[in-house]
Amino acid sequence: MMARSIKGAKALPLSGKVGLALVLFWLVAALVGPMLAPYPVGAFVAYDVFDGSSSAHWLGSDYLGRDVLSRLLWGARYTVALAAAAAFLASATGTALALTAAVGGAKVDEPLSRFMDMLISIPSKIFSLVLVAAFGSSLPLLLLIAAITYVPGNYRIARALAVNLTQMDYVQVARARGEGRLHIAIAEILPNMIHPLLADFGLRFVFIVLLLSGLSFLGLGVQPPDADLGSLVRENISGLGEGALAILAPAIAIATLTVGVNLLIDAIGVSGTGRGKRK
Amino acid sequence: MTQAFHVEVKDLRVTARNARGEAFPIVSDIDFALKRGEVLALIGESGSGKTTIALTLLGHARPGATIAGGSIRVGDADITQLDAKALAQLRGNRIAYIAQSAASAFNPSRTIMDQVVEPALIHDLMLRDKAEAKAVELFRALALPFPDTIGSRYPHQLSGGQLQRLMAAMALITDPELVILDEPTTALDVTTQIEVLRAFKAVVLERGATAIYVSHDLAVVAQMADQIVVLQQGRIREAGAADQVLHRPAGDYTKTLMAAARPAIRPAPMRIDVPAAPLLEIRGVTAGYGRIGKDGLPRVPVLRDINLTIERGGTLGVIGESGSGKSTIARVIAGLLPPATGQVLLDGEPLPPGLKGRSREQFRRVQLVFQNADTALNPAHSVGQILERPLAFYAGLKGNAAHMRVLELMDLIRLPVSLIDRNIGGLSGGQKQRVNLARALAADPQLILCDEVTSALDTVVGAAILDLMADLRRELGIATMFISHDISTVRAICDDILVLYSGTMVEMGPRAAFQSAPFHPYTDLLIGSVPEMRAGWLEESHAGRKPPLIGASGEHPDLCRFLPRCAARVDGLCNVTPPPRHPLGKADGMSSHILCHHGDESLIPS
Repeated sequence: MMARSIKGAKALPLSGKVGLALVLFWLVAALVGPMLAPYPVGAFVAYDVFDGSSSAHWLGSDYLGRDVLSRLLWGARYTVALAAAAAFLASATGTALALTAAVGGAKVDEPLSRFMDMLISIPSKIFSLVLVAAFGSSLPLLLLIAAITYVPGNYRIARALAVNLTQMDYVQVARARGEGRLHIAIAEILPNMIHPLLADFGLRFVFIVLLLSGLSFLGLGVQPPDADLGSLVRENISGLGEGALAILAPAIAIATLTVGVNLLIDAIGVSGTGRGKRK
Repeated sequence: MTQAFHVEVKDLRVTARNARGEAFPIVSDIDFALKRGEVLALIGESGSGKTTIALTLLGHARPGATIAGGSIRVGDADITQLDAKALAQLRGNRIAYIAQSAASAFNPSRTIMDQVVEPALIHDLMLRDKAEAKAVELFRALALPFPDTIGSRYPHQLSGGQLQRLMAAMALITDPELVILDEPTTALDVTTQIEVLRAFKAVVLERGATAIYVSHDLAVVAQMADQIVVLQQGRIREAGAADQVLHRPAGDYTKTLMAAARPAIRPAPMRIDVPAAPLLEIRGVTAGYGRIGKDGLPRVPVLRDINLTIERGGTLGVIGESGSGKSTIARVIAGLLPPATGQVLLDGEPLPPGLKGRSREQFRRVQLVFQNADTALNPAHSVGQILERPLAFYAGLKGNAAHMRVLELMDLIRLPVSLIDRNIGGLSGGQKQRVNLARALAADPQLILCDEVTSALDTVVGAAILDLMADLRRELGIATMFISHDISTVRAICDDILVLYSGTMVEMGPRAAFQSAPFHPYTDLLIGSVPEMRAGWLEESHAGRKPPLIGASGEHPDLCRFLPRCAARVDGLCNVTPPPRHPLGKADGMSSHILCHHGDESLIPS
């Protein structure tokens, strides 16, 4: 397994290797970052606000004189974990429902699809605002909001893929063999839609990072003194005028994370260890 | 022009790059020369490089390939020395290309006329009204219906055969000196092919254009070519005058090709005379798509009143052109399409109409093999996984026992064991079709429904699959329903034959009844449309000629469906009264039943 992964990584095109490096970097940062953080997350350690880089504070200080590097390492954990979990939840739910709809026939497909249309018509920001206002901001709630917001989009794409695949001859053969719906959905259809779904996962991941950052920007996301990458950008917005590292660093962090995820997923889709879209 | 030859290709070499970036040849040492107005045929299996060579004459190499050496001269133009701009001047102007699939070569959102006159307008050869007048003239010459108005239609409103001819019009509008025809009739039914071939021959050749005809079908080529070049794996195996190559082939490979083109009769095994009920019986099945109306017919009826039986170990051939409903019969038997009326009986017991309610045992006994192994095998699975699934599903075989059985199956279909872990993408077309067949065999079925299993394969590979099927049938005693559009294949391997036209059974009988006249007029057309491997056949064949004029048809829903195309139709009878089903008297045990007003005497060709 390990050997195969390494071999697979070597077969990736350059862009994929760059993506993989970025993703690995952020995963490691999320896992062990807080342990490496030089200062506690909420401690006021610098005398100056919006300080530049120094040996004591590699990424300078923020608007309250806290260490940006430490806050970034803690923030990465929130953003990566929350966005990954929410994207996974959204994709898994959306795809499972889509497969149910595709093999279930019109009686299952119609109500499910209309319900999803209803969900998709609710503006995501307003939806989050209402829920946060009603229940107060907490990590499980943020996770749920992000997941629910992005289920319908994934459902749409997965259903379109799955319905096309149900028309394929090999699915017809499986049906004529007497296979049950579960086998058809999981063994015959799912493996053939995994690559477009991975690309979709990358997209959802990025959307969720942005949604969470947006919520944090409005002060509804992760609550102080904790902060995700989005909150870091928001709280240091006043440093924008002077080009402070405190705002550039988290912004660059968001950018590298999302770009890395997409580079990696696109590369997997292309090389795909022989089963990609090569004709 | 003073040169002796109009088109000359010397030492042509085309290379492609492999995954490691090393160049390797796909075609090499290609030499041929053509006088003005001659037709050269490039013959070979898929992968033989025939299309690659044809495209080099346009100065084009497919992505990844490059013309690495040699010279190509068309008239006074040295193709390999021209730059992109000069080539663009040449293409669609002095050199025209007619592709295999006209249906995908036309832009669906523009009218036919827009597209047909486009080459003339792009090259500023004539004004639009002149070009349109010329297009109409070409439509007429190509025997297209409504030549004056057909140009205002859109591609989806026309049939494949018509589009193929329209593409010829598009190619010829600039009066090209060289026309390249790349398998222009391969995707067509035989009955359409003969019409298109006639039109091509009349128009392309009579305009004095030099032509290169790419095909895998020797019999078709025999009608068109002056010279034949036989290719195998990118090299010339044999070249010479058409007559000599066809009748006195020198190379072994050409002989193999010739043999594969004429399907050998595979004798039926001795029937086991058990007086038991037939294995499969279909009684009065009507089926189609859409909601079932008050009259008991679906909104789009495909099959009407189908009755047939298949004996244990027997082979039934079902033939008809595309859209005749032959695949629908297989879908009804497999339960994928529940019939509107009628019954399917397996071993005398009625099968539930749809998938629901069928027992696993009933599923096991009938297996379906689709035409296109590329889409019938799940690309996400390996060969082993595909073969193991029916074993686990029907017999509960797992682990080592399943593996042993897979090895047996691989042996049965003559595939090397090393392919077991291969993904489907890594197999050749013939290998895929064998796996497709093996998956059906893994269920240990009594009946296999084969839907056009050899149509997508090269003749040589297809012949090998047919041999394999005949062997399997002899060894395992499995009954087969063999669906095909190719009557010569069906006549070679089936015990009984059913001819379908537009969802109705027009003729059904034992194979012997299909060896000599009389036939149903539609069967006659099918048989007469199969090209014979000799020059002049196209001119002599009576198939596909215009039917006699008759008056308007009556309102009766059961009138003969073949009436609009029937060459033997009778005014006042065929267009007024529904035809009866009656035996066509031949020797005992050889008579077939036809749905026609005609009897024995009037169906023997004079």
